[in-house]
Amino acid sequence: MARISLNVNGKTRVVNTDPGSMLLYVLRDDLGLKGAKFGCGLAQCGACTVIMDGKTIRSCSTPVSVAQNRNIITLEGIGSVARPHPLQKAFIEEQAGQCGYCLNGMIMAAKVLLDKTPNPTETEIKKALVANLCRCGSHPRIVRAVKRAATMKA
Amino acid sequence: MRDRSLSRRQFLKGTGALIVSFSFSRPASKALAQSKTPFGIEPDPKSLNSWLAIARDGSVTVFTSKVELGTGIETALAQIVAEELDVPFKRIKMDLGDTAKTVDQSSTTGSRTVESAGPQLRQAAAAARQALMNLASKPLGAPVERLTVEDGVVSVIGNPSKSISYAKLIGGKRFNVAISASGSGRQMKLAPEVRAKDPKQYKIVGASMPRMDLPPKVMGRFSYTQDVKVPGMLHGRVVRPPVVTSKPLSVDEDSVKQIPGIVKVVQEGSLVGVVAKTEWAAIQAAKALKVTWSEPATKLPANPDELYALLKNTKSLRDQVIAEKGNPAAALSQAGKTFEAIYHWPFQLHGMIGPSCAVADVRKDRVTIWTGTQGPFRTRKAIAELLGFPEENIRVIYAEGSGCYGRLSPDDVPEDAVVLSRAVGRPVRVQWMREDEHGWEPKGPAQLMLARAGVDAQGKVVAWDFTDRSFVRTAAEGIPLLASRQVGLKPKREGTANGTQGGGEVYAFENQKVGNALIPWMHPDETPLRTCNLRAPGQPARSFASESFMDEIASELKVDPVQFRLRYLTNKRATETLLAAAKKAQWQERPSPAPASSGSTAKGRGIALTHRTGTFVAIVAEVEVDKLSGNVRVNRITVAHDCGLIVNPNGVQAQIEGNAIQGVSRVLMEEVQFDSSGMKNVDWKSYPILTFPDVPDIEIVLLNRPEMRAQGAGEASLGPVPGAVANAIFDATGVRLREAPFTPSRVLAALKAVPA
Repeated sequence: MARISLNVNGKTRVVNTDPGSMLLYVLRDDLGLKGAKFGCGLAQCGACTVIMDGKTIRSCSTPVSVAQNRNIITLEGIGSVARPHPLQKAFIEEQAGQCGYCLNGMIMAAKVLLDKTPNPTETEIKKALVANLCRCGSHPRIVRAVKRAATMKA
Repeated sequence: MRDRSLSRRQFLKGTGALIVSFSFSRPASKALAQSKTPFGIEPDPKSLNSWLAIARDGSVTVFTSKVELGTGIETALAQIVAEELDVPFKRIKMDLGDTAKTVDQSSTTGSRTVESAGPQLRQAAAAARQALMNLASKPLGAPVERLTVEDGVVSVIGNPSKSISYAKLIGGKRFNVAISASGSGRQMKLAPEVRAKDPKQYKIVGASMPRMDLPPKVMGRFSYTQDVKVPGMLHGRVVRPPVVTSKPLSVDEDSVKQIPGIVKVVQEGSLVGVVAKTEWAAIQAAKALKVTWSEPATKLPANPDELYALLKNTKSLRDQVIAEKGNPAAALSQAGKTFEAIYHWPFQLHGMIGPSCAVADVRKDRVTIWTGTQGPFRTRKAIAELLGFPEENIRVIYAEGSGCYGRLSPDDVPEDAVVLSRAVGRPVRVQWMREDEHGWEPKGPAQLMLARAGVDAQGKVVAWDFTDRSFVRTAAEGIPLLASRQVGLKPKREGTANGTQGGGEVYAFENQKVGNALIPWMHPDETPLRTCNLRAPGQPARSFASESFMDEIASELKVDPVQFRLRYLTNKRATETLLAAAKKAQWQERPSPAPASSGSTAKGRGIALTHRTGTFVAIVAEVEVDKLSGNVRVNRITVAHDCGLIVNPNGVQAQIEGNAIQGVSRVLMEEVQFDSSGMKNVDWKSYPILTFPDVPDIEIVLLNRPEMRAQGAGEASLGPVPGAVANAIFDATGVRLREAPFTPSRVLAALKAVPA
């Protein structure tokens, strides 16, 4: 076990954990953050996506030690019910979600896309989300939601 | 799972508050006689308290055993109650699937929730509205006939200043109103004597109300079953053998003792698991635990050929007749032209993105379980049998899982959690890993469809004989699930039918037989190829076969596929649905295949029609086939959909889109791979599903029929997808594919087999 300092959603959090543990379990079980989800543990589905230093990472396959002193942003960190992020607003407006389990990954991947490419084409959106799996079939709505968010002001 | 402001138990605790009491059909005291359990009083269907409660702030809580599986039924049911009660939609709160708080309305399966629980809740709400009007009559000094309600406020007609709100009338107190209830589960008739609203007055039902669950879901604030935490909870994982009948010869506890946080290695019967203080430790321990398993008593078929041979040659347990008319055998022997074809459909996954997860807290006298089951009461029964506990001492609390698609009808994981919790005397959370879920989820069974038809000299189909030979569902009601079997419970049934519809019974042929043969499967041993209901059970395969077969005949007769189908449709809704899809897709009338194309890509279109429990769906698929690689891309799916009265158009559209996308994924890509030793593709790389760039454009025509009862929309539109795609590929290439999925290698082989 080791004491590890993490910067999550702008706050410094210190956890006592196995440094080999994947970041996902620390976020969910130690820090009580529910946004990132366990989907496969193999970096194949995208449900666990968080943003580290401006890039998406798969928290299910990133050891917590790697995340030490890096800037981690989770779904909870980009907006709230009172002050939703444009992407969160757009996903609700487009009713883009059924079971919603994949939405964390969709929104986090879309955020990194929009941060770099504020007005993406449909092809760019689909490419940015190609490694995020959705089983309910909300894809068309998700694409529309990302497009809509691009037109909204933060 | 949202935070619920109002617990029914709080109401039932009896705080000495004023009790409003009167009855429609019998004295309230008699009707409210209820039995006590460790979790309070069992809800009685004949008490309005069991269905609805109104809080001081005017919010309305609805208690239902139906659960939200991602399809949006929670929102639809809330609309129905808001409409009938005349309260704003936003004021409705849904308390779903808690066996201690709800009446068993049967599992959430078969797209039957809006159809069956809808009217039940509508009648409960109508009874509540009537009760509230009666209550308001005295303070308003006017008879009920002179009262009206708007937004939860009762007022005197023509004198709106005389008014009183529901919250003032009853907020925070019990209804204590007896209502009539007869029958049980889906068939339960609730307060039929109370007159409900005329559908012509509907304002909330029929509107695209936004989903109630979506805001917390996109904010990361929603509690899925994976997010449930209870005090003192430990983490568990189960280690599964190649087949369940395999026994652990040795379990080496030393192999995990160095893992920090390990609490216990559990072995009960042939079930082996680990419990640890942290999730990471549990994962590490499950991976590291050395178990030597006995030689499996059962082997799987070595390859698909062996599997399909089993389907073809095994004597059926029983045969179901779906449609029977005239004498198909005689008509076939006299027909001028006969057709015969065999179609193959593989084992496929539900493929929930989040694997199964549950928390169980087993105490001496009571058990509490949080899980994503489709049937909380069904799960309660299974756990009671596993533990030898009375059902009343078990409480199952629904917490939404990740999608479902039929996978959580047999909910395995709470059984694992119960066994581990009992072993350590603490609450235990068990989450399956990806290889557990892919490997051990009960799959959609493989199917073999045999079709024969006879056509007379005038080109009329005079005989139709269709049989689906499908493995039975072995993870079905009344059959012990994985953990139960591993601790020694024996199955008493062989399995249940893999659905019924889609074999061409939607058409009226003079001589017709549509039947299903129930083929026994790997019984009594459980293997990774265990089976259960996968969305629209069996129908995508049957419809693939029957609708392909329709096109095979139409093509041979050189008749346009839409015109050909119209000749055999007698149901007005079926005809209108078919024509609506053709019109929306700008269908060009001509026989298939399309004139041969030069170049390396071929384009085509195909249509298919199905009927499922009261809902008609027609789908046109437009595809592009790369003749060099065999790759098929579905460019556009056009759907016409008639599910009677539409409660929430946007919600129905979402279901159709989901079905179209899942259908394309399943028919183009998905196949469980196996050899005699087990299943081979236990991750997403080896079992890929459709991703964003390959998702087709989807066009939808909704045919609303407000005069009808609402019918299911969760599954029906999956059925026609494979047939429409197969017919479109034939239209593009002139090549008929009779085995799914249409992978590039399979398409290429079929293209090469045909002389150019």
